[in-house]
Amino acid sequence: MVSNLTDDTRRAADFFASEIDRLISRPVRLMEVCGTHTVAIFKAGIRQLLPLHVDLVSGPGCPVCVTANDYLDTAIAYCRQDDVIIATFGDMLRVPGSSSSLQAEKATGADIRIVYSPLDSLDIAAANPNKKIIFLGIGFETTAPTAAAAVLAAEQAGLANFYILSAHKLVPPALRALLTAAEVQVDGLLLPGHVSAIIGEAPYSFLVDEFGVPAVIAGFTPLDILQAVYMLAQQIGAGAASLQNQYSRVVRPAGNPAARQVLDRVYGGADAAWRGIGVIPGSGLGMRPEYRRFDALAALPVNVEETREAVGCRCGEVLRGVVRPTDCALFGAACVPEAPVGSCMVSVEGTCAAWYKYGGGRWQYEG
Amino acid sequence: MCLAVPAKIIDRVDMLATVDISGVTRKISLMLLPEAQVGDFVLVHAGFAIQTIDEEEAAKTLELLKELAGYGE
Repeated sequence: MVSNLTDDTRRAADFFASEIDRLISRPVRLMEVCGTHTVAIFKAGIRQLLPLHVDLVSGPGCPVCVTANDYLDTAIAYCRQDDVIIATFGDMLRVPGSSSSLQAEKATGADIRIVYSPLDSLDIAAANPNKKIIFLGIGFETTAPTAAAAVLAAEQAGLANFYILSAHKLVPPALRALLTAAEVQVDGLLLPGHVSAIIGEAPYSFLVDEFGVPAVIAGFTPLDILQAVYMLAQQIGAGAASLQNQYSRVVRPAGNPAARQVLDRVYGGADAAWRGIGVIPGSGLGMRPEYRRFDALAALPVNVEETREAVGCRCGEVLRGVVRPTDCALFGAACVPEAPVGSCMVSVEGTCAAWYKYGGGRWQYEG
Repeated sequence: MCLAVPAKIIDRVDMLATVDISGVTRKISLMLLPEAQVGDFVLVHAGFAIQTIDEEEAAKTLELLKELAGYGE
């Protein structure tokens, strides 16, 4: 049975690839805006499988990568305080701030703990009543509700020493900013499956209505992604633009209303700074006044060093899909996964890291 | 970051579920998916169930692959 499934998969992949070639007759650039897609695409060699005139480029879909330097500097300033424990997802550890990283601080004695879930930080808070536990809240709509739920759980548990340093971001406003800036031609969008599992389809309608860009919500297996590209190709071939959902086994049209309710209870809309893009109106989340005592920035004032960017790093342009990693003079030389300069090389989901690890193959920007 | 893994709910007490993830048992929160039931397949992200996996839709995807496998024969 397994070999049959493998054969079926191979045949389906052949079908998608040849149909994509048949349907698209001009050079097109398709953008994915999800770090998990980035890794899946590189790992499976999907770029190399597609016809020469179909380019897949990565947009600002890696939450670690788009986190601005001053956020890291703030986290580092907090971790240097004796009564603070930082709780964070592991991929934030090596991201360089202006002059240090959490990993370097941990090596010199800062109490920084890697957690799998925001709820794990509540256990740390309960076990360390004399410490302030600051959870580093980064991530898109998939992750933000988990942080909001942790706030509600902390409130219910009566924990007075749990805080979030929040830099959650929203995908649709970033897409709007990218398409409005029009630095690169985007002929189709692969939309992030698990963000969509929360927000549903409606927040993306402007992509089609205002920008006329074909868009497909995609799952994460190689065949999911190929099928989604095929669905984009069908639209492009027909000169049409619509919003389609390839990942219907997980993404409901209305998303997950219960998760959004939890999110909305704790957070309201806010502007947010994206690395490489700048401040995008309404693209972030700010804690509502009734929950502000859980907001690290509001509850725990801190002095942060002046933020500066790494000289020569082109992460910002990579994140906007304007240049490829190899256009950066640091890539593979001064900037490698073991000693990253920019965030795109730090996160396993970063475009530079994926390119370095799996090889970029061809990736044209002409046309 | 947005990685989520499929899991089967094997027990539930209030908002805490025990799930089986490829043979490994874990506790997860159902705060973001309160209607989930024992026996459901769910996607787990950062310790929370975030959505149920629709078995009918999953079956449709498999059907499509079988159809496509007939392509070119």
